[in-house]
Amino acid sequence: MYEGVVQDLIDELGRLPGVGPKSAQRIAFHILQADPTDVRRLAHALTEVKAKVRFCVVCGNVAQDERCRVCQDPRRDPAVICVVEESKDVVAIERTREFRGRYHVLGGAISPIEGVGPDDLRIRELLGRLADGSVTELILATDPNLEGEATATYLARMVKPMGLKVTRLASGLPVGGDLEYADEVTLGRAFEGRRLLDV
Amino acid sequence: MYISHLSLADFRSYPRVEVALDPGVTALIGPNGQGKTNLVEAVGYLATLGSHRVSGDGPLVRHGAERAVLRGAVVAGDRSRLLELEINPGRANRARINRSAQVRPRDLLGILRTVLFAPEDLALVKGDPAERRRFLDELVVARSPRMAGVRGDYERVLKQRNALLKSAVWARRARGGRVDLSTLDVWDQHLARAGGELLAARWDLVATLQPLVGKAYEQLAPGGGPATLEYRGTAGEPAPAGAPGSGRERFESALLAALGEARGQELERGVTLVGPHRDDLLLGIGDLPAKGYASHGESWSLALALRLASYDLLRAESPDPPGLPPAQEGEGRRAGEPVLVLDDVFAELDVARRQRLAELVAPGEQVLVTAAVPEDVPEVLVGARFSVHGGVVERVS
Repeated sequence: MYEGVVQDLIDELGRLPGVGPKSAQRIAFHILQADPTDVRRLAHALTEVKAKVRFCVVCGNVAQDERCRVCQDPRRDPAVICVVEESKDVVAIERTREFRGRYHVLGGAISPIEGVGPDDLRIRELLGRLADGSVTELILATDPNLEGEATATYLARMVKPMGLKVTRLASGLPVGGDLEYADEVTLGRAFEGRRLLDV
Repeated sequence: MYISHLSLADFRSYPRVEVALDPGVTALIGPNGQGKTNLVEAVGYLATLGSHRVSGDGPLVRHGAERAVLRGAVVAGDRSRLLELEINPGRANRARINRSAQVRPRDLLGILRTVLFAPEDLALVKGDPAERRRFLDELVVARSPRMAGVRGDYERVLKQRNALLKSAVWARRARGGRVDLSTLDVWDQHLARAGGELLAARWDLVATLQPLVGKAYEQLAPGGGPATLEYRGTAGEPAPAGAPGSGRERFESALLAALGEARGQELERGVTLVGPHRDDLLLGIGDLPAKGYASHGESWSLALALRLASYDLLRAESPDPPGLPPAQEGEGRRAGEPVLVLDDVFAELDVARRQRLAELVAPGEQVLVTAAVPEDVPEVLVGARFSVHGGVVERVS
């Protein structure tokens, strides 16, 4: 244990995701030794991010204004919505530059163990966006784990009566990999999701 | 297959130990509490990623150490592979094969196959259903390593579903009846999918095992049987084999239907009442159930018969039938017959059972035996002898 304020800093850092007690200690001592202006800049960035960043009123993505960049962009196709768990998933999909539609960020996945039910996610907002019939395809891009799959199944059931096209991202083999090293579950999924080769 | 080298670091009582092993019989002899069982426990852990003595990994790491490391060189046919496993309690374990890049621990499953006999086996007959489910699932995974993932999925969905049912019970008490159950159907669907696959594998295993257990019991206790197995499923009997759909699909729909029937009761009690986690394997001798009716000796014979039948099954399903050349590179992971491990069992048995068991296991490709005194090792088990004393393992003959 260290003196009061140093220990407070270590404790606070240790609460961050991916930071264990040893990393927290290392970061804390780095900050202690750093130039005061650098530390002020870090502190400023931390307070600014809480003060300025908001969540897009339409899709729930992080935004600087009322709407996020994607929702403001008139070139994005409003008829296709891709549903993701977190804002960081939006960034991942944007990097592909393959998707030209809009997003909907749920803010997590259904997980009763963690007390997260449908009401805790932005599902009502999603249904609101689908109500006027202008959306023709809903792409479910929740994580390929049990909670993500359960959330996708739940959403698919909810929107079924609306009659729009609902798709799920494919699971399969990593590009550039060797078939023999794929695990059985991934390979099994890849078999299930195989497609016709058009030549 | 056999283990040619075993190395432990900070595992149980051992700071460090290296043991070179040969095919055939090896007896590890030493007084209790000197570390014999720790050695065979390590062998079992490399094969099943679990211990036969404890459920958590904490006790496996030497007191004061942060992690334990197990290494085992496994020879199957003319192919040798080095398995390495780092046990990190509370964190993810790490694994490597042949000093390659890190793989998932699950990828080790199926490379080393063992059948372990231990005093704890008596609980298979006399203990709770959980013991028998664990027996079945370990064999299911040994036959098809992929099933480890299916079983993990099932347990995870089960936890989620139970959490939802429990919150429904609390909500009803607090608000008087208004409960949001819109997601329960979704969890039912996912539970039935993983559970159906597990059930199909268990039923198939029991059907295959039944004649083998009967045969093994007859060899151990001639004229005392027959020993019988019957799977008791909470989701009822599966649809007959002629029904449409694959085995998995038939079990999936049976489980889904059972969940539907049990729902009212489940909402009362806040737990999942049907599914593979509530099933049992009914063991019988003659016309009577073994539990409650079998004598101590009969119970032992039945427990041993279950292990011997496992050995027969794994050996029969190994792609290396006797008389054929050993497995070639790339021929698949399940090469070779399993290593037999007998941890302190002979001392528990009467003379006749001890002798018959020894004769049945003696021809195994590798047989590891632990005993407190040399006299506990039956004479027919001729082979190497190690003395295990105060954490020192020495070959004496």
